[in-house]
Amino acid sequence: MERDKMPHKILIADDEPNIVISLDFLMRREGYEVHLARDGQEAIEAIERYRPALVLLDVMMPHKTGFEVCEAVRARSELDGTLILMLTAKGRETDIAKGLALGANAYMTKPFSTQELTRKVAEMLQGAS
Amino acid sequence: MISPALVVGISMGYLGLLFGVAYWADRRAALGRSVIDNAWVYALSMAVYCTAWTYFGSIGRAASGGMWFLPIYFGPTLAMLLGWMVLRKMIRIAKAYRLTSIADFIGSRYGKSPLLAGLVTLIAVVGIVPYIALQLKAVAAGYAVLTSSDMRGLTPNVHWTQDTAFYVAMVLAGFTMVFGARHLDSTERHEGMVAAIAFESVIKLVAFLAVGVFVVWGLFDGLGDVFVRTAAEPATQKLLSIDPGGSGTWAQWFALTLLSMLSVLMLPRQFQVMVVENVRESHLRRALWVFPLYLLLINLFVLPIALGGLLYFGTDRMNPENFLLSLPLADGQHALAMLAFIGGLSAATGMVIVETIAVSIMVSNDLVLPLVLRWRRQQLSVAGDVTRMLLGIRRAAILGVLLLGYVYYHLAGEAYALVSIGLISFAAVAQFAPALLGGLFWKGGTQLGALVGLSAGFAMWAYTLMLPSIAKSGWLGADFLLQGPWGQAWLRPEQFLGLAGLDPLTHSLFWSLLANAGGYVLVSLWRAPSGGEASQALLFVDVFERTQQTSPVFWRGRTQLSDLVQLCERFLGRSKADQVLHAYARERGLASVQALTPDARLVQFVEMQLAGTVGSASARVLVASVAQEEALTPEDVLSILDEASQLRSYSRELEEKSQSLQLATDELRRANEQLKSLDLMKDDFMSSVTHELRTPLTSVRALAELMRDDPDMDPAQRQQFIGIIVSETERLSRLVNQVLDMAKIESGHAEWVISSVDMDQLIRRAVVTTGELFREKQIAVELALAPAVPTVQADEDRLMQVMMNLLSNAAKFVPVPGGRVKVDLQADAQGLMVSVQDNGPGVPTEQQALIFERFRQGGRADQRPQGTGLGLPISRDIVAHFGGRLWLDSVAGQGAKFSFFLPWIMPNTAPAAHNG
Repeated sequence: MERDKMPHKILIADDEPNIVISLDFLMRREGYEVHLARDGQEAIEAIERYRPALVLLDVMMPHKTGFEVCEAVRARSELDGTLILMLTAKGRETDIAKGLALGANAYMTKPFSTQELTRKVAEMLQGAS
Repeated sequence: MISPALVVGISMGYLGLLFGVAYWADRRAALGRSVIDNAWVYALSMAVYCTAWTYFGSIGRAASGGMWFLPIYFGPTLAMLLGWMVLRKMIRIAKAYRLTSIADFIGSRYGKSPLLAGLVTLIAVVGIVPYIALQLKAVAAGYAVLTSSDMRGLTPNVHWTQDTAFYVAMVLAGFTMVFGARHLDSTERHEGMVAAIAFESVIKLVAFLAVGVFVVWGLFDGLGDVFVRTAAEPATQKLLSIDPGGSGTWAQWFALTLLSMLSVLMLPRQFQVMVVENVRESHLRRALWVFPLYLLLINLFVLPIALGGLLYFGTDRMNPENFLLSLPLADGQHALAMLAFIGGLSAATGMVIVETIAVSIMVSNDLVLPLVLRWRRQQLSVAGDVTRMLLGIRRAAILGVLLLGYVYYHLAGEAYALVSIGLISFAAVAQFAPALLGGLFWKGGTQLGALVGLSAGFAMWAYTLMLPSIAKSGWLGADFLLQGPWGQAWLRPEQFLGLAGLDPLTHSLFWSLLANAGGYVLVSLWRAPSGGEASQALLFVDVFERTQQTSPVFWRGRTQLSDLVQLCERFLGRSKADQVLHAYARERGLASVQALTPDARLVQFVEMQLAGTVGSASARVLVASVAQEEALTPEDVLSILDEASQLRSYSRELEEKSQSLQLATDELRRANEQLKSLDLMKDDFMSSVTHELRTPLTSVRALAELMRDDPDMDPAQRQQFIGIIVSETERLSRLVNQVLDMAKIESGHAEWVISSVDMDQLIRRAVVTTGELFREKQIAVELALAPAVPTVQADEDRLMQVMMNLLSNAAKFVPVPGGRVKVDLQADAQGLMVSVQDNGPGVPTEQQALIFERFRQGGRADQRPQGTGLGLPISRDIVAHFGGRLWLDSVAGQGAKFSFFLPWIMPNTAPAAHNG
């Protein structure tokens, strides 16, 4: 963790309140600046507003699915650098393939290991910078 | 008189033309455009029945007996009209089993008996020789009339080297060999010959009609003139009477008609053209009236010419049999006389060619070959191609039969009129009738019966007809005719057992056919048919009931493929054998001849091919020589027949089965589709359940790890996390319970606790229980409960489950804030009704059915609220269990109203849950 630098912004988009609570706590503990979104529509708006470096994106959300959010983000060049880590409780191969095809950078199934998730997030951010 | 050179020249020219016709027809056949595949040609070829005997002889008979020439033509007409079924059956059988002669036919019918076929051949040869002599005599006499100055047509008994008849016989022998024995054909069909015969039939009819017209309208003033003058003449007037007097006249009419009726079916040449050379069974239909019509036309002028001749020449001066030639000649019409001669030549050559070909086939296949096979079987089975030998035998037989004919003519011909000679022949072949007709329609006829019958009939024929005719020719003392042999009057040949008052022919026919049919029937009845005989009897009598596929194969034994192939090559020639065996293999779906298995069907096929070439009896012997056969008992025949009929019904069953299989397949396909969609649903459900299980697990795991990683966590924070973990665990339990619950209800294993349920109370409790939920979302709950609703018999907990499900559903969908839910309770005579109305978005029409299905949730997949999609299906199952129903009224945008109805009395048999 490079604490001397400006902390990376991370957006957590999930409709499951308890998961949001745990992710929020985890990311803050790792020293990131965290923003929250409760559904797909909110997620897109938050990405536009905060320009997070990385989005933890749930797939099954009301209004807009994670797939749709992913698609919308990749369609806009100014949001090009946004890293997307998809989280889903549906562990089917087809879901994973679909997410990656739509432009997600990585994919993790729920329930995840907190250590693995933090390592993954750090890797992605490091690779990007 | 016409110069001999001219007559010979024109005659040879005509024979050359005939050969041209035959050659052309053969060429056409080779190109696949058969000339004789035509009902007209078939019918005309049948007219080979009209020989020189018709041409010259019937005029002679009319000149002496008036109408007496008629039965000979009346018989065939009747045979056509009445016997077409017999003829059709003979054609079908001969085609099915490749039978190529009447001897083969009869022999094959009685267990493929070489002995019987040989006997038939023998009788045919003996019977036919006088007939051939008759043709030679007619041609020779005609030649004499044309070339002599007095037109008497006497043929002096000269040395054979100076005898016209001898040369006629030799020319015809050569001609016949070229026509009929150039090559071997396994069906013994001769396209060229048939075409030539049909051509000749036209020529002889035209010539006869031409002379008739000339006589009636040239020499006389029409038919009326001829008959008036005949009636005026004392010597001729009795000819106009139908009954010229004498006892037994009507018996004689009957006998002659019967005789000619039988012989048109059984003369070897008729069998050849009508049965063997038949191209299509359907041709028979036209021949049935064309042939009788032909007979009528050719007989039209018989009586006028006979009467005209008698009037013209006087009654004794000229031989009436030559009137056809002598009348035009006397009037100086040489060209017409020549035409008449050519017509007569046509009639004679046609008969001789077909008859000798037919007889030569019989002699080679049924007389010579069986003897050769017996004496030299070993040599034959190792020798090479024997087709050349077979052809040699045929040619020798042709020459032999014609020489015999000449010898007979030379010895006996002068003494007898043409008609009498012909009738002797007819009576001989009539002996085939009992064995042939019996064999076609009676399964009980046996080989021994046929042998005894034929022998007895033939013996009676020889004794009562042949012997007297020889005696009358002066070659035997005629004493025994008058006194009987050894003075025994009861043995007199023409008054056998004292039977008098009949003419010799009728007398002979009576005795020979009586002995024949009697012997046949009695001996057949005396002993049951053997296996071989019974199987052939079945194949013949029931020929119309069997097809190639379902026909039983009556053969048991073992053999080698190589032996069968070798046999074919030897008797059919290598290329022909190759061709037929390849065709057979292809038909079986096999690539090569080597792939064939030497089973009963192949053995039968080979035997049938051989039968076409060497006759069925010889074919039987040949096949037996290369196979180890098991003797066929009558029981075997029955069991094989049984198998065949079983096979037939089996194939019918199979057909039915394949139909029901098709139905079953369709059903299975539908079931499979259903299963597939069920599977898809289950997959959906599993995915949904997985999601529902994983979501709380995610929080539980993440929070637990966070607390583990940070032992010094702020206690308040830790408390919050633990609270979340507990509630997520509860959520997990709920889901698991619900899935199990539904599974129980669906499978019928759920336990139901029935009690009196107060619905008013239940609704109020449900609202209180879900109160927290409504308060959280600031939802206004309105109750409209009718007073004093009676209790209903049901499971209270289950109804509670339904109510809570409906209420929490409503809570999920109403807008926040401003959500409103109204609960309604009504009752009537049948039962009570509860409805839960919300002011949410409602359910689109296309999803209204869907939401009650298991594993399905309303709304777009990604927008649907949390839940397993099991609440509504479970509720519907519960309501249905108590005989009620649960339904939805909703208009999109105007909220949803779920209602359920419960009857006061629960039906005895609760309907099984059946959604989906």
